[in-house]
Amino acid sequence: MLNIILAIFLGILIIVLAIMAVLNKNIVVAIIAAGAVSLFASVLYLILAAPDVAMTEAAIGSGLSTIIFFYVLNKINRQNG
Amino acid sequence: MVKNAFIFLILIGVAMILVNLFAGFTGNVDLGQIANHYVANGPAEVGSANIVTAVVVTYRGFDTLGEVTILFLSAAIVGFFLKIENTDNTERNLKYTSEILNTASQVLVPIMILFGVYVFINGHLSPGGGFQGGAIIASGLVLMFIAQPKKEIGHKLINIIESISGVGFVLMGLAGVLFAGGFLDNNVIGLGKFGTLFSAGAIPIIYIFVGLKVGSELTGIALSLKENQNEA
Amino acid sequence: MMEKLNIQNIGLTVGILVILVGLWGLLTQKNLIKIVIGFALFDTGTHILMVSIGYIKYRTAPILDEAVDIRNAAKLVVDPIPQALVLTAIVIGLGITALMLSYVLKMYQNKKSLEINNYKDLKW
Repeated sequence: MLNIILAIFLGILIIVLAIMAVLNKNIVVAIIAAGAVSLFASVLYLILAAPDVAMTEAAIGSGLSTIIFFYVLNKINRQNG
Repeated sequence: MVKNAFIFLILIGVAMILVNLFAGFTGNVDLGQIANHYVANGPAEVGSANIVTAVVVTYRGFDTLGEVTILFLSAAIVGFFLKIENTDNTERNLKYTSEILNTASQVLVPIMILFGVYVFINGHLSPGGGFQGGAIIASGLVLMFIAQPKKEIGHKLINIIESISGVGFVLMGLAGVLFAGGFLDNNVIGLGKFGTLFSAGAIPIIYIFVGLKVGSELTGIALSLKENQNEA
Repeated sequence: MMEKLNIQNIGLTVGILVILVGLWGLLTQKNLIKIVIGFALFDTGTHILMVSIGYIKYRTAPILDEAVDIRNAAKLVVDPIPQALVLTAIVIGLGITALMLSYVLKMYQNKKSLEINNYKDLKW
């Protein structure tokens, strides 16, 4: 029962953050929201009995992917001004 | 306006397809035939306690080889696009990071790399494996790039590590052809005792190569996209 | 209604909704980086969907140790195949995202613009 409540909570959080990542005008906020979607998705994988996938998603989806987005954004901003 | 209606129609259509696909799905009650074979015979045939590792490295090892090749290809294309121009080696004005970040990174980076190595060596016993360990190592190195901008790891070193581990992966697969049942068969050096560190035949060796390869590729991608190169 | 409320159905619903949100972002956004973000969301949604399909009620992760008896393992663990596929798909997803971002960077260096309406070279 506790698992189901946690899963519903995580699901609502994931969907709200995904909509925020699409709608927000500020690109920095959108990138961080997309990283947070991956982070909460990794907790959902743990509830779905997939610890291997959870480790991969936490390290790659929310760590390295966000960093790569920020590197590119930083480069674009530097060329701008 | 017409365009918006069109996008709305596409979204509704995709939603209808997905909902119809899963409307009658009540959940599995038992494993399928192939999964049943993997779980029931995996420990005896492969000797790995983690069934996911057995599927990734041995039963579907050829897929993993192709996957590592795709990752290598994308890393190579990123490096080709964002070629580093040989600018003059005068003093670049790098921003100094804060003292706290600098000190913390000096403590954390070796521990993160050690943890990554632990994760891919124990891939056949506990959750984890080459992909996760490589990603953790790459995260540690990216933290080092951010916190200590003066310290540099050359592209050449990363390329050498990547090439050696890629060749090692394929050679282990060929050793399976020569000494065991087929390409990437792990029964090359004997399976050992189930559940100990030195068991599961060639799986730890293959996962060490996969971990080094994935880690060096992801580090290479991050290094190519780093901001103080290729200003033009 | 109540018996439909289990972890598997929640996972499937969340996966479908994240796929739709990602597709919506992919189709409606004008900024190139936002399009890549939409693509990454689509990717995550597909992974959640695939892992949820492999879940079986009241079972545990496919790792054999003291908690899972070897002789009886096929009755105790969830399906390992979707997990193995998603494992590699996540790593490929990062490679594809990095590739798309480097294309974005190159396009910006050519035209100094991230707006997709300014790229009409291949439009007829």
